[in-house]
Parts: sequence; structure tokens; C-alpha cells
Amino acid sequence: MTVTAVDSGGLRARFRTRIPRAWRTPLGITGAVVAALWILIAVLGPLLWPHNPLGQDFPRLQAPSGAHWFGTDELGRDVLSRVLAGARVTVPLALLLVGLSVVIGGILGLAAGFFGRWVDETVMRLTDLVMAFPTVILAMVVAASLGASLVNAVLAALVVSWPAYARVTRGLVVGIRGAEYVLADRLLGFSAMRSLRMDIVPMVTGPVLILASLDIGTATLLLSGLSFLGLGAKPPTAEWGSMVGTAIAHFDAWWMGVFPGLAILTLVMAFNFLGDALRDALDPHTAGVLGQAETR
Amino acid sequence: MSAPSAQPAPTSPARPAGERTSHPLLRYLVRRLGVSALLIVGVTLVTFVLTNLVPGDTVAANLGQRAADDPAIVAAYRAHYGLDRPLPAQYLTYLGNLLHGDLGESQQTHRPVLTDLRSAVPATLEIAIGAIVLSVLIGVGFGTIAAVRRGHLADSALRLVSLVGISLPTFWFALVAYYVLSFKLDLAPGSGRLSPATTPPPDITGLYTLDSLLSGQWQTYADAVAHLMLPTLVLTLYTVGLLTRFTRSAVLEVLEQDYVRSARAKGLPGRTVLLRYVLRAALVPILTVVGLAFGALLSGTVLVEQIFSWPGLGSYAYQAASHLDLPGVMGVGLFVGIIYLLINLVVDLLYGAIDPRVRVS
Repeated sequence: MTVTAVDSGGLRARFRTRIPRAWRTPLGITGAVVAALWILIAVLGPLLWPHNPLGQDFPRLQAPSGAHWFGTDELGRDVLSRVLAGARVTVPLALLLVGLSVVIGGILGLAAGFFGRWVDETVMRLTDLVMAFPTVILAMVVAASLGASLVNAVLAALVVSWPAYARVTRGLVVGIRGAEYVLADRLLGFSAMRSLRMDIVPMVTGPVLILASLDIGTATLLLSGLSFLGLGAKPPTAEWGSMVGTAIAHFDAWWMGVFPGLAILTLVMAFNFLGDALRDALDPHTAGVLGQAETR
Repeated sequence: MSAPSAQPAPTSPARPAGERTSHPLLRYLVRRLGVSALLIVGVTLVTFVLTNLVPGDTVAANLGQRAADDPAIVAAYRAHYGLDRPLPAQYLTYLGNLLHGDLGESQQTHRPVLTDLRSAVPATLEIAIGAIVLSVLIGVGFGTIAAVRRGHLADSALRLVSLVGISLPTFWFALVAYYVLSFKLDLAPGSGRLSPATTPPPDITGLYTLDSLLSGQWQTYADAVAHLMLPTLVLTLYTVGLLTRFTRSAVLEVLEQDYVRSARAKGLPGRTVLLRYVLRAALVPILTVVGLAFGALLSGTVLVEQIFSWPGLGSYAYQAASHLDLPGVMGVGLFVGIIYLLINLVVDLLYGAIDPRVRVS
């Protein structure tokens, strides 16, 4: 038990000192730059759009040209503007989804790992249940029954996303709850809550946040997949997944689907590159724990 | 259910203690299957609660607008599917029917769910099996190469490939593959399981490739294989990325072990060390991931089947979910849940066969 505690302490130190080195790998740098670009595009928003992403102002189904770099869609909207506008939908929602999953899964995992017994059993069996479904099928059922909207797609994705965090958090907590410094504090009269806050949470935060950063790509794929199926963004919202979905019906106009898809690909790749570099720079043991959670 | 239990058996008869070890294994199996049965009931409960607690209206989703406005039709519809009874009663009835192997009638296709699954599952299995076999072969190979050549060019190149693989939106890649390979280059047909002019082979297993072979219809076989190519390719790419990454880290971990160094030090050829010492030990974590990858594959197939008009489990799940067809959704959930639990069980049993240290006590 003491060994694990020392390991996690080391991890925190590495977490601080090694991040700069992680970013120095070519993939890490590429990931950071591309992710920063997409976030910038989302923040600047309308300043960058050449045309109104919802305005049906141009001839329909124009191939890419000097006037419309990414062409126009079936309603005569500028695809480039829509792709840029899509960043404003996808980036914040993916971050929101991961954030909510961390909070919900983290709290449940903390409780399960710290209190053990029936709390542990209940939470872990719940994660078993959710994980017995393929993510997309379960999310699809939830999204369909809630009704198609972006908020509901996030809720549906949340239902399938929290268990990974609950499991990892629980695993980390179980590893340190018997450590001598935790026992010492309990003997000093710390309440369970205070011990959780002072001894446990700070040790768990780092690794869970890293898992979260690895997960942003997956979250983006899940959300855009739901929108692709028509269970997320509703027209005329400029959302990448639903733009690819619309493109199926307009097969000759390849530009309608290719560019929004490339946007998803580059965003997800950027976060995955970053996460990969981050994981490599970390303690290999923790990396293993995180990796297992990622495959769910 | 008895099929997986047959697999670990061959490990014991060689030893005289075989008689004794089979008994705890049997007990272990019974306990595992018991827990699995409970989990499956849990899966039905989760699906049931999720699809009922939410505001969606099944009646409106399945009846047309005019029919939904007529109270008499709505009442008859609700009575036919038992929707007029209290929820707990509905759920208990479902469980009761389930014990008789009756999954209910789909509110959307108006056929027994079992019949629907019987035609949808083989279609999906046909692409899923091909994809998982291909991705295990390629992924484990790639991962091993990357681990052995750690830090070299091959490692970096394979890392890039696997990262791109897991970052690809499957639905988009399916569309691009369809457009380029089928529509533009005409290398492979892109939609459905067979060409419109081809009649399906006699229904023996439901797998068109196997059925056409069994009945000796070579042209149908060639057509079925051609239609399988694109969906399988798209699904494979995703799981290859996943498996490459995991094999690499699993193999790397084993490479650092003392016994690998000892094996090298005593002069064993590199290939022997790699195959007999490293890969064998790395196989345990890899197996777990293969089980998980199969699940990821079933998720991926929902999106891919949309593009390739593939009448499989994914399409069925999508239609059932979007029509709030409760029996259909429950059927898919049950089937997938059972597959998951079975795969986990087989994987756990294979652990014992591969690694004697974790054999069931």
C-alpha cells in the first residue's frame, strides 16, 4: 500500500515536470497546434466566417472554387462557413460532455473506492451494466427516447461515458485509501469527508484529468456519430456529423461530406496526439490503468 | 452455453490431477453463468426503464398521424402490445415470455423479434467476424513490430497509423470509401449484401458466404464476398488502431521482464524468445482488448451499416431505437449483452489456458 502511495506522489511530480517534454515530441506539438487552432476558430466564431453559415445565398451544389473553397451545399449554403461554424458546436459540447463525465464518474468512483462494501458493489455493478452495451447502441436508445436535440445527445453520451471514470477513480482510491498518511489523518480525527478532500482527491485528480484529455477525441466521435444518425443536432444547425449525414443523399457533391468529416478527423486526431504524448511522458503503471479504461 | 466450457478442458487431462481440477472449474462456470444471468436481467431492466421513463411516445412513433388521432385505433394498438397495463406488469410479462424464449413482437416490423434478429444477426456477424480476424492478425503483428523496434522509424510510422485509425469517424470513412472505391473506381459493390439480380442462397446459417458455399453456388459466393469487402475494410481499420496500440504496450511491458533477459542471456534465438516467451505472456492483456474491440466493432457497425445499406443488427437497432420499438430495442440489448458476457467468460477461461498462474483455483 505504501508503495502505491509513493508511486502516486511521484506521478504528481512527474505531472508537473514532464509536461513540457511531452509537448516536445513532433506528434505532441502537432496535436497541440491543431487543437489550439480549432479552439481559436470556435472562440473567434463569426469573425472568421466568409459567409453566413445558415444563409441560403448561393447557387446550390457548387463544386469547390475560388469563391467557395469548400463548395456549396444542397441549399446553397457556403460549406467552408458551415465547417468553421461547426467548431462552435462540437468543441464546447465535447468538453462539456467530458467535464460532466469526470464529475459524475469521479464522485461515484470516489464513493465506491472510499466507502467500499455496498456502495462499491452498487456502483461497480452499475458500471458493469452500462458497459455490457456497445456505447453507440445504448446512446442511440437514450437519444431516441429523449428526442433528437444536441442537449439530449450530450445526455445520452453521458449515460455511456461516466463508468470509465468511475472505474479508474475507484481503482486509484482503493490503491491509496490504506496508505499510512491516510490512516494517520483518520487517527488524528479527520472525518470521512475531510479525509476524502484533503488526502484522496488531490492524489486522484491528476491521473483522472489525463484520462479526460485522452477522452475528448472519443467524446467528439460519439457526439458527431449521434448527430450523423439524426439523433443530435437538428437542421439547420451547422454540425459536422449531421453535415456528413446529409451528404449521403447528395453523393455526387463529395465536398459536402468530405470537409466536415476532415474537420472531425483533425480535431479528434489533435486530441489523440496530445493524449498519446502526455501518456508516454507519464509513469508507465498509471498509463496502463488509464489505457484500460480508454478501450471500453 | 456449453461450447466455451469445452475449451479449457484439454489443458487438464494430461496431468493425473485432471479429475480434481475439473470440479472447481465446473463450480466456477456455474457461478459465472449465474452472475451472467443476473446481469442479463439487469440489462433488460435498464433498457426497459430507459425506454419508459423518457417522454418519447411509442404510439406516435409507430402509428401514422391520422391513426394516432383516432382514439379507437390508439386504444387497440396499446391493448395489442400490452401498453395499457401498468409498467411493472409489462416488465414481468416480458420476463415471463423471455423464459419461454419469446422476445415479443416488434412494434415496427410486426414480426417476432426473434425472427428479425435471426435475419439481422448473421448479416452483422459476417462483417464483424471478418473484421475482428483481420484486425487481430494485423493489429497484433503491427503492435509487436512497433514494440520490438521501439523508437525506430517503424515504431513512429505505426504509431501514426494507429492514432489516425482510432481518430477516424467511422461513418465518414465509410462514406469516403464508398465514394472512392465503389462509386468512382468501381472496385467493389457498395450497398447491400448481394447484387439486386442475385437471389440469396438457401437459408442454412444465414451467413451468405457459408450458405452459398454449402449449396455450391459459386457466383453467389463471389457476389457475397465482393459485397463484404468495403464494410469489413472500414470496420477493420478502426479496431486495427486499437489493437496495435495495446499490443505494443503489452509487449513492451513483457520485454522488460527479467525472464526475457534471462532467455536472451542463455542464447535463445530472438524469434524463439519473441514467440515463446514474450508473445505468450503478452497474450493475456491482448485477449482482454480483443474482447473489448469486438464490442467497439458492434458499436461501429451501427454507423457503417447506415452507409452500406447493410441489413444487420446495427440497422435494426437504429430503426428500433428511432421508432421507440421497445421489444426490438430489448432484443438487441439482450443479444449484445449475452455476446459481451460470453466473450468475457471465454476470455477469462482462455487466460487459464495461456497463463497457468491465473488458472482457476
